[in-house]
Amino acid sequence: MAGHDHHDHDHHHHDHDHAHGSELSETQLRVRALETVLTEKGYVDPKALDAIVEAYETRIGPHNGARAVAKAWVDPAFKQALLADATAAVGTLGFGSRVGDHLVAVENTPTRHNMVVCTLCSCYPWEVLGLPPTWYKSAPYRSRTVIDPRGVLKDFGVTLPSDTEIRVWDSTAETRFIVLPMRPAGTESWSEDQLAELVTRDSMIGTGLPKPPGAAR
Amino acid sequence: MNGIHDMGGMEGFGPVMPKPNEPPFHHPWEGRALAMNRALGYAKIWNIDKSRAKIEEMPPHDYLTWTYYQKWAFRLEQLLIEYGYIGNDEVKAGRALRPGKPLPRFLPAAEVSKALSRGSYAREPDRPARYKVGDRVRTKNIHPHTHTRLPRYARDKTGIIECVRGFHVFPDSIAVGQGENPQWLYTVLFDARTLWGEGADPTLKVSIEAWDPYLEPA
Repeated sequence: MAGHDHHDHDHHHHDHDHAHGSELSETQLRVRALETVLTEKGYVDPKALDAIVEAYETRIGPHNGARAVAKAWVDPAFKQALLADATAAVGTLGFGSRVGDHLVAVENTPTRHNMVVCTLCSCYPWEVLGLPPTWYKSAPYRSRTVIDPRGVLKDFGVTLPSDTEIRVWDSTAETRFIVLPMRPAGTESWSEDQLAELVTRDSMIGTGLPKPPGAAR
Repeated sequence: MNGIHDMGGMEGFGPVMPKPNEPPFHHPWEGRALAMNRALGYAKIWNIDKSRAKIEEMPPHDYLTWTYYQKWAFRLEQLLIEYGYIGNDEVKAGRALRPGKPLPRFLPAAEVSKALSRGSYAREPDRPARYKVGDRVRTKNIHPHTHTRLPRYARDKTGIIECVRGFHVFPDSIAVGQGENPQWLYTVLFDARTLWGEGADPTLKVSIEAWDPYLEPA
């Protein structure tokens, strides 16, 4: 890297070693300065930035993935379509913007539990799960999931039978994975909308299980 | 490159700490940093692998201690400087000192939804796939000094082709300005003992997504 890059690194690093308040305010100032430069040079429209932030705060989140899962639980044809081509199947649910290509749904069964990770960065199916949680992007999760997934599950309070196959998907390409968890027992008469309430974000990453029916509001 | 970003199988980072009801952004600047990255990503000045490589080139200490969105903001600055769209002096001044140059593609507010869905990385194949489902393959023992998506823990290991994903843009090429150079992409499945030795969890199987140039017949 060029010398000035290192200078910049030092600057940021300096920020970081200080108390949180000053670190945030210095980063905040720097990001604000960048937005001013980009706006003045005509590279970004601040209204477009507002709309992107708003979309992630309100529209794009795990409720989208939960709808796909709940529909797969009640509709065998949709489930088959989801497992065959998740991009196309989720695209029929009308979330407003097109679902990106290469979405793959992987199914949990009584003998097999799927977990999704990105060891190299933090690839995540944003369009169906929204912004990745901080832990998904963290070194502990990215390092341990491929070698000790049961230990990682313990950190989430999840214990699986010792003979369940654990299948970890490392997202090293543009393929994106969403776990289709097992439908909780005792929900046979439930509607799709009720079922969607049981589908947690973590159950679609594989670090959790759907809520039991008693937990629904 | 064999960088700090390649974390699979490392130990010592401590437990995963899930936080219930995490807000989308912890601070408004995080949202702005993300949105600027999306808008300029849409501009198609660079590509996703070039931007990944930029973060991988950070000094390991910074990589481990900066937050996710701090890295994103810094990367955006650095890429815009590298491609000549802004100057370091403008970043320091906090305002434009020269007029901008035309972007390949500008994102107007009305078209934001286009920047929120990913494009396709699949291309029309110009050759048949070398492997089929069930074939045994060995990942190559490669250590390129530039961007690659073959993680260290899965190099020089024997696995099974589980799925043929299509003919995809090759990160190792496009990240260094050598074009898309599309290649067949596969899901390759490994037994945990192949990766982690005799002490490995006997119920564990791990897959990576691997392009043809990473593989040889086994």
